[in-house]
Amino acid sequence: MRHKDTHLRPSRLTAGAFAAGAGAVVAATVLGLALGPVSLNPLGVAAEVLNLLPGVDIPSGLSTQEAAIVTQLRLPRVVLGLIVGAMLALAGACYQGVFRNPLADPYLLGVAAGAGLGATVAVALGLSGSGSGPGGLVPAFAFAGALLGVFLAYGLGAVGTRVRTPTTLLLAGVAVVAFLTAIQTYVLQRNVETIREVYTFILGSLVTTGWAEVRLALPYALLATIVVLAHRRELDVFSVGDEEASSLGLHPHRSRVILLVAASLGTAAAVSVAGLIAFVGIVVPHVIRLVAGTSYRIILPLSVLFGGAFLVVSDLLARTVLAPSELPIGVITAFLGAPFFVLVLRTAKRVGL
Amino acid sequence: MNAAHPVDPAIEIHDLRVALSGVPILRGVDLSVAPGEWVTIIGPNGAGKSTLLRAIGGLVAFTGQIRLHGVPLGRLSRRERARLVATVPQNPEIPPGMAVLDYALLGRTPYIRTLGRESAADIEIVERVLDRLDLLPFAGRPLETLSGGERQRAFLARALAQGVRPGPADGPEHRQILLLDEPTSALDIGHQQDVLDLVDELRGTERLTVVSTMHDLSIAGEYADRLVLLAHGQGVAAGTPDEVLTEETLGAHYGARVRVTRGEHGPLVIPVRTSTRR
Repeated sequence: MRHKDTHLRPSRLTAGAFAAGAGAVVAATVLGLALGPVSLNPLGVAAEVLNLLPGVDIPSGLSTQEAAIVTQLRLPRVVLGLIVGAMLALAGACYQGVFRNPLADPYLLGVAAGAGLGATVAVALGLSGSGSGPGGLVPAFAFAGALLGVFLAYGLGAVGTRVRTPTTLLLAGVAVVAFLTAIQTYVLQRNVETIREVYTFILGSLVTTGWAEVRLALPYALLATIVVLAHRRELDVFSVGDEEASSLGLHPHRSRVILLVAASLGTAAAVSVAGLIAFVGIVVPHVIRLVAGTSYRIILPLSVLFGGAFLVVSDLLARTVLAPSELPIGVITAFLGAPFFVLVLRTAKRVGL
Repeated sequence: MNAAHPVDPAIEIHDLRVALSGVPILRGVDLSVAPGEWVTIIGPNGAGKSTLLRAIGGLVAFTGQIRLHGVPLGRLSRRERARLVATVPQNPEIPPGMAVLDYALLGRTPYIRTLGRESAADIEIVERVLDRLDLLPFAGRPLETLSGGERQRAFLARALAQGVRPGPADGPEHRQILLLDEPTSALDIGHQQDVLDLVDELRGTERLTVVSTMHDLSIAGEYADRLVLLAHGQGVAAGTPDEVLTEETLGAHYGARVRVTRGEHGPLVIPVRTSTRR
């Protein structure tokens, strides 16, 4: 038989795909650092970043002031963009796998509504201006609200059914979103003067105050990334459904809870520092699915890389298109994401609808 | 080889009761399946056939006793159980875009440590299984592009991959239990025979014990060593096809008028229209 000599290759992340992802991250980072109100030589910018490493000293040709723009103003923002984009895309891919629903996004289980409520409460209580910068206590409140939303969804999803199915969790998420949004609207109506500030948070922004935001989000992002990536094969097993996964020796309920907690933590951290940035969690995993393959061993790591790169580029557009004023980054991601969303729907047969 | 000891039955079930959402589905089923045997469960719709398979596969809560090779089902870990029992459900999920090779590799899950990945040995095992089922030319094809018969073989490949223990094949005979829920319901008559011939052949070469459910009674009788007739969650007849497939028994439990004739490999059941002409 002629096929006997061919070597069988299971679906895996190829070195080429990984290199493309890493290349996208590097390119987006350099562009994000070089472009802006002051445009700098990309090579000099790259040298300046490498100089941050101990023992490296490459002449970059940038003035001290330009070097400061790169390392003190733009670098934290770009790094935050990489973290937030990676988190949203990873969490989106993870939710899509766990719920076996191509339209699942990282905000599905009340994370967004909870964060929105938390931010609204913080603003309404006048806690946004004080404290450690422009954001004040908004990130902390948003983080707490996001976790509250998720745990409400889990709690409600567990009530009344002995077996917690993905569907009951989803429905509980819908209920939680409606409930929290209602409270948020009430708080807003009672404090109309806060609408502008809350609105800014909801549309998302990567404005940073030094490294504070990065420090807040990074631990959760790392934890979420490690846990979700470690489960990449299990997410492939999930694709045959709970009962078959169970007959293959998996513990679907336990794995699902671990994955959802990890992804929700990562999302909550991202939302609390950057607001509600739409569509990254849906667009990025689906492009990867269409282009690189449907195995989560491919989708998850590439989502981390391309998600980060996509958000840094979106942020670059957000702060340059209408310079010197800044567009909310959610506008850019939605503007790119919404048409793509339609494309996904049109090709839905290939993504499992 | 094992003449010294009487061998434990591959499956031993005593007073099995299963209720789904409070509704009793199985109401005291007893069954014993010898290693290497093929037993087919027949019975009218809603008799509890699929539930019986799911119980043996450890997928539903039950009371009573189920022992696999002498070990109570509840004492097996999920992974141990999955190495012992493989199920091909009536309508397996078809993950979009998943290639046949990747699908068959899912069968190695019970051998891969938590959060680990397939070893080269796992890939080799799956390659052998795919070769055995003539699926190598399809290894890279997405499952959804396969025809019904090819797909059924891919389901079998995953199930077989589940039973192959790494290392030299010197384990006890007829270790793996294959549960087939309506394996032929989606196939035309020719492919039905292909798949069942294949299962029968694998039963010998891969030393399987097979429990299946089936609607077509003639085919059920032709392939199974024994039939068990389930009705209202209880076993009402069991034995060789000749003993179970009688006009009286089928009439009583299916409410069907049939004629049973002798075939080459067992009784043939022919439905006969009840005369309505006056």
